[in-house]
Order: sequence, then structure tokens, then C-alpha cells
Amino acid sequence: MARAVETKSFTLEEMGYSVFLALLAVVCVILAGKAWDWQLAVHATVGAIFAAAGIFLIIKGYQSRLANPAQEIDGKPNYNMGPVKFAAIAAMFWGVAGFLVGVYIASELAFPFLNFDLPFLNFGRLRPLHTSAVIFAFGGNALLATSFYVVQRTSQARMPGIVTPWFVMLGYNAFIVIAGTGYLMGVTQSKEYAEPEWYADLWLTVVWVVYLLAFLGTLWKRKESHIYVANWFYLSFIVTVAMLHLGNNVSVPVSIYSVKSVQAFSGVQDAMVQWWYGHNAVGFFLTAAFLGIMYYFVPKRAERPVYSYRLSIVHFWALIFIYIWAGPHHLHYTALPEWAGTLGMTFSVILWMPSWGGMINGLMTLSGAWDKLRTDPVLRMLVVSVAFYGMSTFEGPLMSIKAVNGLSHYTDWTVGHVHSGALGWVGFVSFGALYCLFPWLWNKKGVYSLKLVSWHFWTATIGIVFYICAMWVSGIMQGLMWRAYDKLGFLEYSFIETVAAMHPYYAIRALGGGLFLVGSLIMVYNLYMTVVHGEDAEGVAAGSPALAPAE
Amino acid sequence: MSMIEKHAIFEKNSIVLLVGILIAVAIGGLVEIVPLFYLKSTIEKVEGVRPYTPLELAGRNIYIREGCYLCHSQMIRPMRDEIERYGHYSLAAESMYDHPFQWGSKRTGPDLARVGNKYSDKWHVEHLINPRAVVPDSVMPGYPFLAKAELDTKHLVDVMKANRLVGVPYTDEEIANAAADAVAQATPDDTTVAKRYGKAVSRDFDGNPAKVTELDAVIAYLQVLGTMVDFTTYDDKANVR
Repeated sequence: MARAVETKSFTLEEMGYSVFLALLAVVCVILAGKAWDWQLAVHATVGAIFAAAGIFLIIKGYQSRLANPAQEIDGKPNYNMGPVKFAAIAAMFWGVAGFLVGVYIASELAFPFLNFDLPFLNFGRLRPLHTSAVIFAFGGNALLATSFYVVQRTSQARMPGIVTPWFVMLGYNAFIVIAGTGYLMGVTQSKEYAEPEWYADLWLTVVWVVYLLAFLGTLWKRKESHIYVANWFYLSFIVTVAMLHLGNNVSVPVSIYSVKSVQAFSGVQDAMVQWWYGHNAVGFFLTAAFLGIMYYFVPKRAERPVYSYRLSIVHFWALIFIYIWAGPHHLHYTALPEWAGTLGMTFSVILWMPSWGGMINGLMTLSGAWDKLRTDPVLRMLVVSVAFYGMSTFEGPLMSIKAVNGLSHYTDWTVGHVHSGALGWVGFVSFGALYCLFPWLWNKKGVYSLKLVSWHFWTATIGIVFYICAMWVSGIMQGLMWRAYDKLGFLEYSFIETVAAMHPYYAIRALGGGLFLVGSLIMVYNLYMTVVHGEDAEGVAAGSPALAPAE
Repeated sequence: MSMIEKHAIFEKNSIVLLVGILIAVAIGGLVEIVPLFYLKSTIEKVEGVRPYTPLELAGRNIYIREGCYLCHSQMIRPMRDEIERYGHYSLAAESMYDHPFQWGSKRTGPDLARVGNKYSDKWHVEHLINPRAVVPDSVMPGYPFLAKAELDTKHLVDVMKANRLVGVPYTDEEIANAAADAVAQATPDDTTVAKRYGKAVSRDFDGNPAKVTELDAVIAYLQVLGTMVDFTTYDDKANVR
């Protein structure tokens, strides 16, 4: 390490984060001491420990490095891949955890004794844990990992900052821990997919702003004049999620010493704000951002350029403009004024087009490389994810039509629809990206075993088919049972008869989820073996110069 | 220069791209949300709708804490089967004091918008402690721990203050008596709560006179749901223009 002696200093950045974390630790200790409820005492203690650990890591990072990280090594950008590795592993971990909780709560619905009369095991507390774990923990870490990777590679530049990228990664995962443990302790504001309470929301806001700055900062350092298309999608995701998060979490804490807060809006206004948020969490977190993954990993893996540049421009702007309008389709026939529902429905149907624009652009990228589907199960996974994306973005507009929604709303059909998108699209595109990322990040020739990827692919696919078919049948059946009349004009079924009829489908759904979980465990084993026993990529000496030193 | 070439300005300047995105994603939300704060049908006041009593509010917070909204909706749609099964379709005004709303999105269990007074307190006690004791096919979790937990009334006053801050019209007197009223409402023969909160009913909801439990609060909340508006006198044309 000849260049090691050059410069080493405790940067202003490191100083700033240390002071911020120190102040945070003090605030947390005060909150822990004066907390009104034991939940806040627990969370404030955890917060203080995390903040202290953060300071420790900053100082340790300073001590162990030989010099301030170089921007370039031998004329090549010295990418900062440490945080990317962390988030890739975290995505894997949270994915398994989230799927496991999902299988458990699915089993609770089939076999309710599994609730065991315990508060922290009951369905109502575990369900947000499941949704947050898969959307925000698994999906979120997959997005952090891929966005940091993609923005650096396509900008040909090292991400700015020493602490900043780590602050985003660790800060975000600290948020996940606070949110998840909160649900188990009954801390929730009861807004679906936005359940964390005020203090977790505040912390996420801080982390998110830093994320935006880190992302923009990398773009500003780019050597290419054009911003690559995947980054448009990532940027729209970061910006819009910030807007949605701030809009949907306007609340007044009962006290700074209490976990509880009261929402600023109520009733119909709150419902509209919630589903403006809720649907666009799907639109921007689970769609736009994952399209970012598609736009980098599919062309890369297929070794073909993106099919159409024009199409990406048109469908990008159309998608983000139209998506925002779709929220009210969650509130058809409610106390929300009908014009709002009609707007939501209309835009949802229009949304079908830009959604399929993305699908076409992804699938057609394989033109001339379709034969690779036979030999490369990773590419197969990516392509099938895009196919699932196409399917669920067709089903969505269909379900937003009032006449259909009258039947599907409040039933398992919605749950099935969400899972065809979440398991098929978000899950598979993330798995595909992880199968690409792990060998790239650890400089391996390829995944440890393509055969195991194939096993993962088929186990998970069969699991998804079980899952969504069970939910189609149970959802449509229950919807029809609710509105069935007998010959004399009375309601044919009592509510509980429709619940009893769901039992076999709930069992099949749990089985499908179980298969999906097994698939993910195969992936964990495969990726672990890739890192530990994988063959090194050619031309890369041990301790690859392309990577940042351990931080 | 074609349109597509003009797009280069977004691709070459991250701030222009960012501003473009912000404009594109702001419009839909503004158009759909802002009018809801002004339209007559969404801010109508309906005779009978009142803020929750402290005990009901505490029960509502437990309902939120346990995630009941994930399986029970509180929004009856204007369809024949729903009206026959659950009662009059829900009005916007009926959730005007719900910060946040509890309309829900899934009916793994039945709608609860008008569950109030449909079942006896005793039924609720048994059902919440062991749902399958009264409904054999139920898949609901049991909540026996609610019957054991004493209700924490100490900070109800602060919960009510926070509610007032966001627009629920609690009076100074109501706030000052928050804790006392919560206990009083769970006591038979009490008359003070009814005086302050319209038709609020006081009784020993959980059948355990020894203490005021979380179960008292939850049942008090469930028993008031959907009962505030008297639909024999409600004029559904009043807000039609």
C-alpha cells in the first residue's frame, strides 16, 4: 500500500456524524429515563445503544484506515462497495425473516390456536411485522444495495462521503428494528404500511434525506453526461417516497415521553391521504424502484442494450404521473365522494399502459438472447419477474373497476393480487439481482450452483402459483357468498359460514408461502457458498483493487 | 430537434430531473385530496355524532394496538347485502373524530361499523377471551390478557388534549375529568358521563366490578360503534345539491 501514507484525517463529516449521534444518544437516554410507557423506554434504550455503536464504528473506522479513501485507483473509480455488501446480506436476512412471519400468520388464519392467546403472537401484531419486513426490510435493503451499486457503476464514480453511505444503510436498518419490535409491543398508528409511530417516522425522515443526498451526490460526480435510465427510476422512488412519508405521517405525539400519537387528519380525509400513500408505496417503492433494478440487471445479465430508449422515456413519465392518481380505487363505495373514486379508477386503467411499457421494455431487451433462458436460471428469474409484473399490473386495473371492486374489495382476492406482485415481481427481481450482485461484489466467477438457482426458481414459482390460486378462489368465493340470496330473498350465508369455507384455501396458501420460504433458504445457502467457496473471478488477485478497503 | 432529444435536459441535470419528478407526482394528490377539506359531503355534521368518551377512546387505542383493523372493516358500502347484513351504509361524519380512520381494507372478520348494541356485553367478554367458545368456526385470536390488564387512565388527559389539538371539540371540563370519567363509565349507576357525553352509557362492561380493565374499554368502544346517529330521523338528502 504505497499510497497509504498520503493523507489521513478525522474529516468534518466524521466529526459531524459523531456529534449528531452523541446528541441523539443523550436525547435517547433522557427519553428512556422519563418515558411514560415501557415501550418507549425500550426503544429509547435501543436508540441510545445504536447511537453509541455508531460513534464507536466511526472512530474504529478512522483508526483502522490507512488513508482517506481514494477516489480512483489506477485510473479506475474506487467504488464504495462495503455498504452495498451489507445491504445485500441484510436483504437476504430480512427476506427470510419476513417470509417466515408470513408463513406463520398464514398458518394462524388456517389454524387459529397458533395465536396462543399471547399479545405478541396475535395476528394483528404480526401482520404489520410481516408486511414491513418484506416490503421495507427485504425490499428496502434490496433497493439500497442495488441503487448504491447501480448509481456508482453508471456514474463511474465513488459514492461521496466516508460515513454517509454507512449512515444510510445502518440508519435504515435501525429504523427497521425499531419499527418491527414496536409492532410486537403493540406500538402502531394503524395506518397500513405506515404503522411506525412518530419517533420512528422522524428517524426515517433523517435517514431518507441523507439517502437522497448520497444518491444525488454520486450523480453529481458522474463521468457520463447522461443520467442512466435506472437512476431516473431510483430518483423518482426516493423523492416520491419522501413526499408520501411526510404527507401520511402528520401527527401530534401525545407527549414526547409517549409512543402514542394522534393523526392530524380524520375520517374521510385521513382515508384518502392513507391510500394516496398506500397505493403509491406500491407504485414507487415496489414498482418504480424495482424497475430501476430491471433496467440495470436485465440488460447486464442478457448482455443486450435496453430495447427502446424512447419507450423508457415515455413510460417513465407516464408511470410516475399517473400512478399518483390511483389511490382512491382502494375506497370505492365508501364515504369518499364518488368523483374521487372515479378518478382513481380511470387513472388506474390508464396506468395499465405505462406499466406494460416497462414490461415490454424489459422483455424485449432479451431480443436475440432468448436462448439464454434455457441455460441461465438467474436470467430466467429476472424475466419471469417481469412477466409477473405484467400480470399483476393487468390484474390491478381490472380490480380498480368499480363493478369488479364491489366484489373483490375486503376479500382475499386483494391479498392474492398483492402477493402475485410482491412474490412474483418484487421477490423474483430482487433474487435475480442478488444472484448477480453476490459474485460481482465478492469477485467470484459466478454463483456457486446454477442448479440450486433452478431449484429455487421452481420451488418459489410453484409456491406462488399455490398462493395466488388459493386466494383467487377464496376471494371470489367469499365475495360471492357475502352477496348470495336464497329463493325467499334472504341472505344465504351468515358471515361465519363464509369464514369456515375459507379454511382449505388458507391451508393451501400457507403451503404455497412455505414453498416460497424454502426457495429463499436455498438461495441463502447458495449465496453463502458463493462467497465462501466460490471460484475467484479471472484476473482478480486476492484483495481486489476494484473494491474499497474494509470499512 | 425532436421531442425525444429535448429530453436530454432531464438526463443531463439531476436537479431538473428531480424538479420534474416532483411536479409530476404532486398533481394527482393535490387534485384528489385538497377538495375533501372543503366539500359539503365530506365535512357535513350529522346529528348525534359526538367525540368518544375517555373510556371509549382508551378502548379505541387498544383496538388499534392489537391491530383489529387488519381483519375488521368499519365502512359499510351502500349495497343491498351489506345494508341487510350490517345496517345503514356508513356516513363520512361517523368517522369525523377518528384520528386516524379505522375503515380497514379486509374483512377476515365481519364489518364492525355498526356492531354497537348488536351483542350483549357478556357475549363480547366471552368472545374476546375465547372466540371459539361462542363462534366455533371463528379464526380470531383470543384476547384473555385484556381481562387481566388494568386500564391505564393516567395519560388519557394527554390523549384527549392531543385529539383536541387536531380538531376534536373536547371541552376543558371533559379533559380535566378524563381519568375520573373513564372509571365512572365502567361503573353501574353512574350519571356524570352521560351528562357530559350525550347518550353515553355507563355500566360494568366486563362484568368484573373489582377493577376497570382494558376489556371494559374495548367493549365500551365496540358497543358505541355505529350507534350515535339515529337513522329513523336522518335525512340522507340534506347534503345533496
